[in-house]
Order: sequence, then structure tokens, then C-alpha cells
Amino acid sequence: MMQEAIAFTPQLDASSIARWLWLIPALPIVAAGIISVLKQPRRRLASNLAIGSMGISLLIAMSAFVHVLSGWSNGHAVREVVNFSWLTVGTQAVELGWVLDPLSAVMLVMVTFVGLLIFIYSTGYMEHDENYTRFFCFLALFAGAMLGVVIANSILLLFMCWELVGLTSYLLIGFWYHKPSAAAAARKAFITTRVGDIFFLLGIVWLFAQTGTLLFYDRGAGSMEPLALGGLLVHHSHWGLTAAGAIGLLIFAGAAGKSGQLPLHVWLPDAMEGPTPVSALIHAATMVAAGVYLIARVYPLMAAGAIAPGTTTALTVVTWVGASTAVFAALIAVAQNDIKRILAYSTVSQLGYMMAGLGVGGVAVGMFHLITHAFFKALLFMGSGSVIHGVHEEQDTRRMGGLRKYMPLTFLTYAVGMLALCGVPIFFSGFWSKDAILESAHGWPLSHAPYYMLVFGAVLTAFYMTRQVSYVFFGEYRGHGHAHESPRVMTTPLAILAVFAVALGVIGTPAWPWFRAFLENHAASVEMHAFAEPAWLMLLLTSCVIVIVGIGLGWWIYGNKSPRADEPDALEKAIPPLWTVLANRLYIDELYGATVIAFYYWWAKVADWIDRDIWGDMVSTVIWLTNHWARLNKFLDATMVDGAFDKGCEEIYNGGGVLARIQNGRGQIYLRLLAVAVVILAAILIWSGRP
Amino acid sequence: MDFVFYLISAFAVGGALAAVLLKNLVHAALALTIAFFGLALLFLRLDAQFAGFAQILVYVGAVAILVVFAILLTKGSEVPREGVFSKSWFAGLAIAAGVFAVLARAVLQAAPSLPNQTAVPAVTVNDIGNALMSRYVLPLEIIAVLLTAALLGAVIVAMHEKERAKQ
Amino acid sequence: MTPLTGYLIVAALIFAIGLAGALTRRNAIMVLIGIELMLNAANLNLIAFWRYSPHPELLTGMMFAIFSIAVAAAEAAVGLGLVISIYRHAKTADVEQMNRMKG
Repeated sequence: MMQEAIAFTPQLDASSIARWLWLIPALPIVAAGIISVLKQPRRRLASNLAIGSMGISLLIAMSAFVHVLSGWSNGHAVREVVNFSWLTVGTQAVELGWVLDPLSAVMLVMVTFVGLLIFIYSTGYMEHDENYTRFFCFLALFAGAMLGVVIANSILLLFMCWELVGLTSYLLIGFWYHKPSAAAAARKAFITTRVGDIFFLLGIVWLFAQTGTLLFYDRGAGSMEPLALGGLLVHHSHWGLTAAGAIGLLIFAGAAGKSGQLPLHVWLPDAMEGPTPVSALIHAATMVAAGVYLIARVYPLMAAGAIAPGTTTALTVVTWVGASTAVFAALIAVAQNDIKRILAYSTVSQLGYMMAGLGVGGVAVGMFHLITHAFFKALLFMGSGSVIHGVHEEQDTRRMGGLRKYMPLTFLTYAVGMLALCGVPIFFSGFWSKDAILESAHGWPLSHAPYYMLVFGAVLTAFYMTRQVSYVFFGEYRGHGHAHESPRVMTTPLAILAVFAVALGVIGTPAWPWFRAFLENHAASVEMHAFAEPAWLMLLLTSCVIVIVGIGLGWWIYGNKSPRADEPDALEKAIPPLWTVLANRLYIDELYGATVIAFYYWWAKVADWIDRDIWGDMVSTVIWLTNHWARLNKFLDATMVDGAFDKGCEEIYNGGGVLARIQNGRGQIYLRLLAVAVVILAAILIWSGRP
Repeated sequence: MDFVFYLISAFAVGGALAAVLLKNLVHAALALTIAFFGLALLFLRLDAQFAGFAQILVYVGAVAILVVFAILLTKGSEVPREGVFSKSWFAGLAIAAGVFAVLARAVLQAAPSLPNQTAVPAVTVNDIGNALMSRYVLPLEIIAVLLTAALLGAVIVAMHEKERAKQ
Repeated sequence: MTPLTGYLIVAALIFAIGLAGALTRRNAIMVLIGIELMLNAANLNLIAFWRYSPHPELLTGMMFAIFSIAVAAAEAAVGLGLVISIYRHAKTADVEQMNRMKG
């Protein structure tokens, strides 16, 4: 099914739309700057600025997309870069730049569109919050940074925007900083992603050192272009890796942090402390997708030197990590009770899918799932936000129930999102994107294990989503107060996203693989007979089985029942130990606490001891020495120098006294002295001349 | 050296010793007079008649009298309680002895080279007068001034005190 | 011993005696007496040298001695006047008590 990709024809002149591409991230950042100096009561202005800048960015993104699309449909590839030197140090220059190609065009449209919808949704959700203005400032800043990551052609510019994304994510997770749990969650997010970023930075430095350029595409001299990649394959590093493989793994470490892959996923569930629009934007659609996007961007590096597609060491690691994450997070999601936490673990699981898709199937497979997931996960989060708003800030699913009667619109859109996530065949985009991943995994030459893991994960996904939906929307209402539907400003974006959650599937069907063709730059035609291929039909059957098993099991256990909050869960009654382990999130956080964090506490104590006792003692000793040296000096000065001086003066004084006795005023004594002198002089005179 | 010389010398030296050693000041002053006399006789023996008689006139006739007057005016006739010699008289004696030793040694050493004209000088008072008026007229005049000054000075020094004492 | 030497020794003797008196006696007048003796001894020296000099007709020694006598007399007068004046102030002629010039 894959056609040979035609190499992108190099563009010598960037088109005008490419030259203005920098406006897309710049407008939201400027809006953020203006909002930051506004006074708090100017709420409407703040949100209008943010939404306006995002809207204009959307328009520009769409025109860029149209430009690329027209180029593609005309048969020539569009990859336009605009590079410039930021600093020059001697002969080296730090190059920055942006790129407009199918990958970035698609991502731009997705980010601006979903972002715009979430901005609008936020005006309703954050209506009663007093820090409305600050919220929009951070949101706009985040959007600008994310768009910067998307268009970056220079790995340094990408990293700078990457870090800015991390910063704004910290600010937004800890938006309600008065809550200690929120502040702790923000810190956790920042530090965990930081761990990944260290490896990312190492990868950047190594890549720059090896290839000599920071740019991805630079008329043949960029680091993603064949010349540089060939050079990277020649160098060998440790453990049988080539330089390309090693750098790829380092960069994947950074992506793993941002996208919540297995060892570094711990921050994502805690990040639900932030407001729901934040969860929707950052932790469903955009920021966590940045990691996947990064891998897609440096895919040529990851895939360099592969014998068969998707079989380099780097991509193998990506696949295994992704598959493991998918299963792992899905298992934990089964035992959670907080509505947003279930969705958070679901996000982690789906990110695992995307990474696995990148690993086994390439850029198009992974990116397709990213795009569809962005829409239906944002939809689910915003829907959960609507639910929370409707039940007066209650987040425990066991205290909800029967909401389909009270919140029909929310229920409808939420159901669409849930079905898309479960991968219900044919009608929902999630099916098509997940199917593509399963198909590629099935055909992976190295192992079939990821395929089975991903299938198992899909079953679990269907199961826990059914559990969640039945808790929230079915049964009796177990909460307090009166549940009500959310205002139009919140439900309209839900509806729009629901439409896309269904419609986007069209672009990725095997009959018309437009998305893949667009990204890989070859022609795509509608071929209905692709539906008839046995491999595909097998896959369709597998998906149907997955969905039926998952949803059926979930409905059978949880169905229309309405368990109270204090009752143990049905599954818990069945398998208590398993439930405890899953409910405690497989004790990963505790593991980290016991090892890494405990180590750091111990190290901090050691450092404190060294500082306080050793350096402190040294300082005290120096002080003591100086003190006593000063005293010694004082002693020497006072007694010896002064004393000697005083003694000398005293002696002179006494001597003077002695000599003064000669001057006794008595003439007779003077006369005697005179006589003595005369005698002596006479003696000398008379007898000195004798021979 | 003949006997007369030794006799007169003994006279002079004895008088000098007595003048210095006697406790009673008046006796000492009189002994001084005897010493002056002895010296005058030595002058006469040296054929310096004018000097000898001048010695008698001035020293014996004026200075010695002055000394006696001074002694009497300062109640020196009473013997003082603490003694007439200073506490460190031995040092003074030693110094004087040293001086004498130096002088005597010098004289005895130079004795062979000293002039020794034994002819009696034919000098008359007339010659002395002529010399005073011709060759030595300047010293003469200066001496005159000096004596006037001394006279005035002595009067002033002695008299001022009297007037102040009265007030 | 030539005659001259004899006179010179005598003069030296009288001089030493006068010096001893000036240095050891406590009364101011005795000091003056000692000084007079010293002057006289010097006069004797002069006359003795004049007598035995090769040209006594020049009268050098004799003149010197005469002027010395005159000066000694003047000095004795003034000195004794001073002693009297001091005696009136300090009620004593003891030189050992005249130490107002003590340094």
C-alpha cells in the first residue's frame, strides 16, 4: 500500500505565504504580551485579544495549508524554508528559521483550530474565576510557543519554543497556585519533563557537533537531508549504535518526557489539577502531541539506515516504549474514579499508540492518530469540563450518574468522543487512525508482540470508557444539588469537535489514503477496492471484536447500575489485589518517591551537612584564626612595639634626666668640668705632637 | 736657686694654702694678704719693681680689703654649720692635682729649651711710662674704660638692692 | 733646675692651690679668693718669663702683668658686689645653694 515517496523538490524562493509564516506564532505571543500589562478588570479585552490573535493565526494557517495543498495537487512538493542567522560568533552562526511543508501545515491548522475552540470554551468555563485575565495571557503565550515548535526549522528554535511550552504548561497547571496540590503538580510536570529535556539537549548538541548545522532543511545542507544523514550513519557510538541512532534515542528521551511515555508519565495525571480547558488544550491536543510531532519532524534521522522500514534501533525503542505505555496506562485507567484522571491515563495510553504508530508505520500513521486524537480527546475533556460545571464542581464519577437526562447535548457529544476513542468501526475517526496503527504493527518485521499489546490496550480502552460513561451518564444521579446543562458558549465547541471526530476519518481510509499521500508527497486516488483486501478485512474483524468485547464487558459489569461512592467497585469485589494495584497506579509514583526522590533528599542532606559542618567549620576556623591573629598582632603592637618604643623613650627621658644632673646650676661644678677639660686638652696638645 | 727664693716661695705658697684651707673666712682673707705679699716679693726678686709695688698697692691695698669687706658684709665670719668644704672636695682636689701635674710635667719637660738670660734688665719706670703712652696706649685706654665700667657696675649692683630692700 | 723653672713650678703650685680652693670651698667669696690666687700665679708666670726672656727691654711681659693686675682688681670689685647682692636675696653665700640655673 505504500508508494515510494518522491523527494521534495527544493524550493529556491520561499513564497510570500512562507515568508509571513512567522506571524502565526508571533500574533498570540504579542497578544500575551499586551494582556500581561492589562489590569485585571479588563477581562473582555483580554479574552478578545487572545481569541482574535488565534483567529487570525488560524486564517493564516489555513491559507498556508491551501498553498501546500495546491502545490501537492499540482504534483510538486512544497517544502519552503526561511532561514536566517540570529547570532554570528566568528565564522559560526546560530541559525534560526521556519519551514512550511505538509507536516507543519497540517499541524498548524489543527493547533490553531482546536486552540481557537478551546479559547472560546474558556470564556465560559472561567467566567467566575477572578484571574480570568492571567489565564488568557498564559493561554495565548502557550499557543504561540506551540505554534513556534510546529514551524521551527532550526532545532535550536524548536528547543527554545519547547522550553517555553514547558514553562507555560507549568504556569497553567499551577494556575490555582493557592492549592498546594496544584503547585506540587506543576512542579512535578516541570521537573519530570526537564529530565527528558536534558537528554534532548544532549541530542541537539551532538547533532550540531556532528552535522555542523542547526537547521533541518537548508537546501541540501540541513541535518535532515541525505548528506548529513549519511555522515551520521558512518560514525559509530557505543553499544553498536550509529551516531544517528544514538542521537535519535536522545531526542526520543525528550519526546518521552513531554508526551508522557512510560518512565516519565507520572506528571500527566497530576496535571489534571489545572482548569479543564488547560487539560483539553495542553494535555490532549497540543503539548503532549509536541513530543510525537518532534519525532515526526526528525523521522529521517530516526529512520536513517533502516534495512526494512521502521527497523532502526531508535524506532524499535520507540515502538516498544509506545506499546508498553499504551497497555500500562490503560490498565491503570480501569481503576480510577476521577473523571479527568481517567481521561488523563487515556491520553497517556493513546500517546503510546501514537509513538508505536510512528515506530512501526512512519510519520503518516503516527500523525494521523495524533490529529484524530486531538479532536476527540479535546472533545472528551471539554465535555468532562461541561459535566463538572453542571454538577457544581464535583469530579468523582461515583457521585455523578444519570446525567444524560439533565445534560443531553453534553451526553451526545461525549458519546461521539467516547466511541471515537474506542475505535468503533467505520463511522468514527478513531477507528481509522487506530486501525492504521494496528495494521502497521501487524506487519512489523521484528516482532508481533507490540501488535498484541496494542490490541489488548484497545480492549481495555473500550472497557474503561464504557465504565466511565455508565458511571457518569447512566443510572441514577448520586450527586448533590441540581445538575444542569452548560451554556451555549461551552456546548457549541463541543458540537463542532464532535463533527470533526466523525468526519476526519474520511481522510485516512485505505480507499483514499489522502493523509498519507499528502505527508509523503505522492499522489492519492480513490480506490474502493482497497476495502476488499483480505488483510484489511481481517483487521476490520479484529477491531469489531475488540470493540464488542470491550464495550460488552464494560456494560455487563457496570451497565445501568449506580454504585455509591462508599461501595467498593464491582471489579474490586471480584479481584481485590489487582484492583488495589491498579488503583494505586501500579505504585510508580511510590517507586520514584522511594528511589529517586529519596536519593535526592539524602543528597540534599549530605550537601547541607557538608555546607553546615565542614564548610561551616572551615569558616569558623578561619574566623578563629583571624581573630587570634588579630589579637596576637594587637599584643605585639601594644606590648612589644609600643612597649619598646615607650621603653626607649623612657630610657631617653631617664638618660636626659641623668644628663640633666650635670646641669645643676652650681657654678663650682661647672668650673670643675672646665678644669678637667683644660687638663685633658692640654695633655693632648702638649703630648700629641711628640715623635 | 738660693735660700731666699725658697723662703719667699714658702711664704707665698703657705699663705695660699692657708687662704684656701682656713675655716674662718677673715683668717683666710688675711692669709691671702700674706700670699699677695709673698708674690710681691717674688716680683721684686725678679727685678720687676714696678709690678711688685703695683701688686702691693692694688692687691693688698684694694682687693684684699674688698674681700674682707665682703666677708664682713655677708656675715662670713661665722662658721657655717655644714662645713666649709663641699661634699665632693676630693674630686676638686684631684682635679687640681691633675692640673698641677700637667703643668709641672710640661715645665720640667720643656726646661732645657726655655730661655735663660741672666743679665739684669735695665728697665726704669720712665721706660714703662713711655711704653704705656706709646706702644701700649690702646690697652691703657681700654683698661680705663673697663675700670670705669667696673666701678659703675659694682656700685649699681650693690646699691640697687639697697633701695629695693627699703621698699 | 734653672731659676726660671723654679718660678714656674711655684706659679703652677699656687695656681693649683687656687684652683683647689675654687673647686672645693662652699663660700662664694672663697671661690673668688681662689680665682685671685690663680690670677696671681699667672702674673708670676708672666713676670718670670719676662725676666728671663732674651729682650726684656720690650717690656711685653711686664705690661701684660700690669694690665692683668688692673683687670683682676676690677673683676674682684664686681664679683664681690655680686656676692653681696646675692647674699641680700638668698641670705646665704653658699654656692651649693645657688642652683636656680639647674637644668
